[in-house]
Amino acid sequence: MKKQQTGQSMDRVDGRLKVTGGARYFADHHLPDLLYAALVCSPISSGTIKSINTTKALKAPGVADVVSHLNAPPVPGYKNADPGAKDGLKIFKDNRIYSNGQPVAVVLANTLERAVHAASLVEVQYNQETHYTDMNASMDKAFRNNRMKDYVRGDADAWKKAAVTVDATYTIPLEVHNPMELAGIIAHWDTPDTLVLYAKTQGVKNVQDTVKRLFQLPEQNITVHSRFVGGGFGMALRVWPMEVATILAAKKIRKPVKLVITRDQMFTLVGYRPSAIQKLSLGATSDGKLTGITHEAVAVTSPYEDFTEGIVAMSKFMYACPNVNTRYKLVPLNLSTPVWMRGPGEATGAFALESAIDELSYKLNIDPLQLRILNHADTDPEKDLPFSSKYLKEAYELGAEKIGWTNRKAAPRSMQEDGMLVGYGMSSGTFGAFRGRATVSATLKSDGSLILQSAAADIGPGTATAMVQIAADVTGIAPSKIQFMLGESAYPFAPQQGGSSTVSTLGSAVTDACKALQQKLASLAVSNVPAFKNATPETIVFEDGQLLKAGGQEKITYESLLQQQQLPEVNVVATSQSGEERKKYSMYSFSVHFTKVHVHPQTGVVRIKHIVSVADAGTIVNTKTARSQMIGGVVGGIGMALTEEAILDHRFGRFVNNNYADYHVPVNADTPPTNVYFINKKDPYINPMGSKGMGEIALIGFAAAVSNAVYHATGKRVRDLPITPDKVLDEKAAQQWKVENKLNT
Amino acid sequence: MNQFSYVRPSSLKAAVDAVAKDNSARFIAGGTNLLDLMKSGVVIPEKLVDINRLPLKDIQLNGNTLHIGALALNSELAAHELVTTHHPLLAQALLAGASQQLRNMATVGGNMMQRTRCTYFYDTTMPCNKRSPNSGCGAIGGINRMHAIFGASDSCIAVHPSDMCVALAALDATVLVTGPKGNRRIPFTDFHRLPDNTPQLDNNLAKGELITAVEIPANAYTKNVYYLKVRDRASYAFALVSVAAALDISNNMIRSARLAMGGVAHKPWRLYEAEKALAGKAPTEENFRQAAAIALQSAKTYQHNQFKTGLSVNSIQTALLKAASV
Ligand SMILES: Cc1cc2nc3c(=O)[nH]c(=O)nc-3n(C[C@H](O)[C@H](O)[C@H](O)COP(=O)(O)OP(=O)(O)OC[C@H]3O[C@@H](n4cnc5c(N)ncnc54)[C@H](O)[C@@H]3O)c2cc1C
Ligand code: SF4
Repeated sequence: MKKQQTGQSMDRVDGRLKVTGGARYFADHHLPDLLYAALVCSPISSGTIKSINTTKALKAPGVADVVSHLNAPPVPGYKNADPGAKDGLKIFKDNRIYSNGQPVAVVLANTLERAVHAASLVEVQYNQETHYTDMNASMDKAFRNNRMKDYVRGDADAWKKAAVTVDATYTIPLEVHNPMELAGIIAHWDTPDTLVLYAKTQGVKNVQDTVKRLFQLPEQNITVHSRFVGGGFGMALRVWPMEVATILAAKKIRKPVKLVITRDQMFTLVGYRPSAIQKLSLGATSDGKLTGITHEAVAVTSPYEDFTEGIVAMSKFMYACPNVNTRYKLVPLNLSTPVWMRGPGEATGAFALESAIDELSYKLNIDPLQLRILNHADTDPEKDLPFSSKYLKEAYELGAEKIGWTNRKAAPRSMQEDGMLVGYGMSSGTFGAFRGRATVSATLKSDGSLILQSAAADIGPGTATAMVQIAADVTGIAPSKIQFMLGESAYPFAPQQGGSSTVSTLGSAVTDACKALQQKLASLAVSNVPAFKNATPETIVFEDGQLLKAGGQEKITYESLLQQQQLPEVNVVATSQSGEERKKYSMYSFSVHFTKVHVHPQTGVVRIKHIVSVADAGTIVNTKTARSQMIGGVVGGIGMALTEEAILDHRFGRFVNNNYADYHVPVNADTPPTNVYFINKKDPYINPMGSKGMGEIALIGFAAAVSNAVYHATGKRVRDLPITPDKVLDEKAAQQWKVENKLNT
Repeated sequence: MNQFSYVRPSSLKAAVDAVAKDNSARFIAGGTNLLDLMKSGVVIPEKLVDINRLPLKDIQLNGNTLHIGALALNSELAAHELVTTHHPLLAQALLAGASQQLRNMATVGGNMMQRTRCTYFYDTTMPCNKRSPNSGCGAIGGINRMHAIFGASDSCIAVHPSDMCVALAALDATVLVTGPKGNRRIPFTDFHRLPDNTPQLDNNLAKGELITAVEIPANAYTKNVYYLKVRDRASYAFALVSVAAALDISNNMIRSARLAMGGVAHKPWRLYEAEKALAGKAPTEENFRQAAAIALQSAKTYQHNQFKTGLSVNSIQTALLKAASV
């Protein structure tokens, strides 16, 4: 037998292209007669456009046009429903301004610099109206959305009657994705009704579908290219208004147009993690059994869309608790629409739930890890189903061992090291393990190479690499002879890369396509190769890229089979999706995060010294890329815990730190050694590989592991992210500590 | 960005003339601040006078005085042996600033001349007296977590963002300037201004004047020094507060002290009273605490930066403890 490929730490198949500059991202493409777009964006947060004067801009050198609601071609797909319908921002449809930074015009010029300069010359007059961007001041506008009904299991608010309770409010600020690669698009109408797009997207088929709907074109008239994506994290899961604006501008000018937005525009045009206020209430018996969980969340949305996500999801099933209820409301503000940001709502919710569990542990005087084990849900209490696989207890154990949890003294503010307060914290995370529908085309060439195609995306996790490994194991073909092609709308359907489901969905389709290919080869052999004549296709065995006749000596390689039959290639297309198993089992991935922090007793500066993250994500296809994936999620979690916050000046409804210098994504110095471990046990039901998802759980719960450690170090509970020095700084306590310890360093 | 012309003179006189005679001309050195300001539309020069060919890169001892050319790069200076041996405080402060990439471009003169990072100053849709006199101050009544607690005025509460300058202020440096009216020397602590009602003026340099060098006199602060920078992320972030502490200790007695803070005022803020209070005292935690408390007596806070007083006291004390224990 050949070496099993899944489970190896194979290098990325496109790694070399990425590090040598050979990978071409959307903005790297150039087309003849290309025009560059620059946006003019609203400095007001609510109101209407009174007038747009483009005289100066149009006279500026190199300017081709200025496109706005005054002259944009119509979008046939904008629904003419009642004006109150919350179905998104219809860019350039009318003169209404909903949020600061909303694009009001696109300037087109023959160089980027000229477009940017001309954009500064467009004069726009506004009628300003009152805006609302302060969540706290707008709580009276909070409403329930139908998608997110209140949930009750057992008695609502049962925590109130419990012997020991926690009742606390946790807030997270608005966070912005801020990947290195800026958003944008290249739009080219090569005929009046055929459109070519180079997009930054997590799903070319989704772009095609959205554009098809908006412009009412047949699918085959829209071609979307997106071979490489420089970071998505959720922000590239939809087609944004400024991309539609670019398509409109290209339609009007009849030339290709490239838009790459600016860093500050990344704060207003491509979604964000909504700020949220959560009240988490827990009740427990005095020996630590949970008797009630109530999770109430309020999160922001835009005036024109209701964005909901899984903020309260985890609280419903994470712990064995008879009484659970959740409530979830939205507050519409004059902001653009939020979008999923890695871990999405679950990461927000986990911060509250896993902090509250930690708070409860101190009230009960039970180790926080023990408290979690004590309330471990052996079966899913929400769906009342067994889990398809759950190795959370093993993960707890492994993580505790690796961080040295036994070194932790129970009392807060009881550990010191090098003049620093030391704290240990932990938390858990979970996210649904999904499997969608995807189609893969598999083509075996007569030289024995295999080409797989599907309209999937790779926003960084190493999708093509994992698919090559999966295909290698099914077919026995060496990975070096397999190519997985993605990022083209012309390929067979694949869903968006999101929700930690790509390996599950696409890997299953790859498996099925490879098996279908083998069946086709078997039939070919049985009907055409003399040595296989009296066999049936079902009895053919595949090994090391060869067909074997069961029980016999006869064998033939794939390439000899094709060559003998004078076939240049054999192709199959297979679609794969989940079945009845999803009705019988509850499917989730789980993660456990442990951190050790140092807190400076006087300045309140928190430094994470050590991280251990353990994932129960089923079979790990590629240990190297999976490890990177986990570390990436953890770094996102460090940002969520310690540094990231988009700050608004509510007087203007404008972000005041909309740049990389002032919006703090973590840097290397914030990122300590991160030890990642995988349980790596197959889920028997979810899909042929037994792999669950991992992208989200890498981040979910992490912020709580940090805030819990900060509490353990200092005795100060920070319930308001991010944990910046000013929130930890505690003058009196700091003094006390220093006096007691006679510290002179 | 607007169109501008560009010249690269090779003599000091030509450089000075080029800026003195043209109201909208600006010197450009590393460009790490000026280009950002131009791209944001905050500064709109019609001419850039590139000074990088001028002979202002030298770092040398003149007698006991360290002479640092205005074009010395921040990264070079931080690593220079004369600095690490004679003025380690300066090296520490430099390395606390920006990132290696920026320090590789940033010059001493440019660092002194860098503008505030006040967000309202950068956003041309917002009010800001410094950018546009009499338009109001966006930060007062706005987001002012990063803003001043010393020496601010009703027209501006911005802080000077430099780390390097905090050390230079502590080390009694002198700024050497040449200009249309000849050469002059300005004590470092008089170089930057407080905002009063002319926040548009960051410093006392006249139009066309060019910084040629900074000089640091010999001093005894070669060992017991510490630059503490407290910030929201571990690197590549501006200071919430920073403290440059230098002590001359002998026989368990502080002969003299130098203390300056960054992130708290419109200029690097010397803590003269605290320095006086430390002179002649033992380097104890209690004495450091008292000095810190004295330093904060004149502090005034705004809505979001109230934490800066407590943080400053603790930071001054921490920096002094660190300096004393080296
Ligand atoms: C993202 C970011 C983070 C940063 N973080 C920090 C930090 O943490 N700490 C810190 O201290 N700094 C920080 N900086 C600022 C950095 O130190 C300054 O940008 C740099 O020192 C400016 O030097 P320069 O040579 O590039 O100046 P330039 O941008 O070339 O010039 C700046 C100004 O100085 C004038 N000028 C330059 N040389 C002279 C001269 N010889 N005489 C008279 N006028 C002159 C120019 O006309 C211009 O007005 C940061 C900058 C950025 C962009
Ligand atoms: S603090 Fe100064 S720089 Fe900031 S807005 Fe006010 S006037 Fe402008």
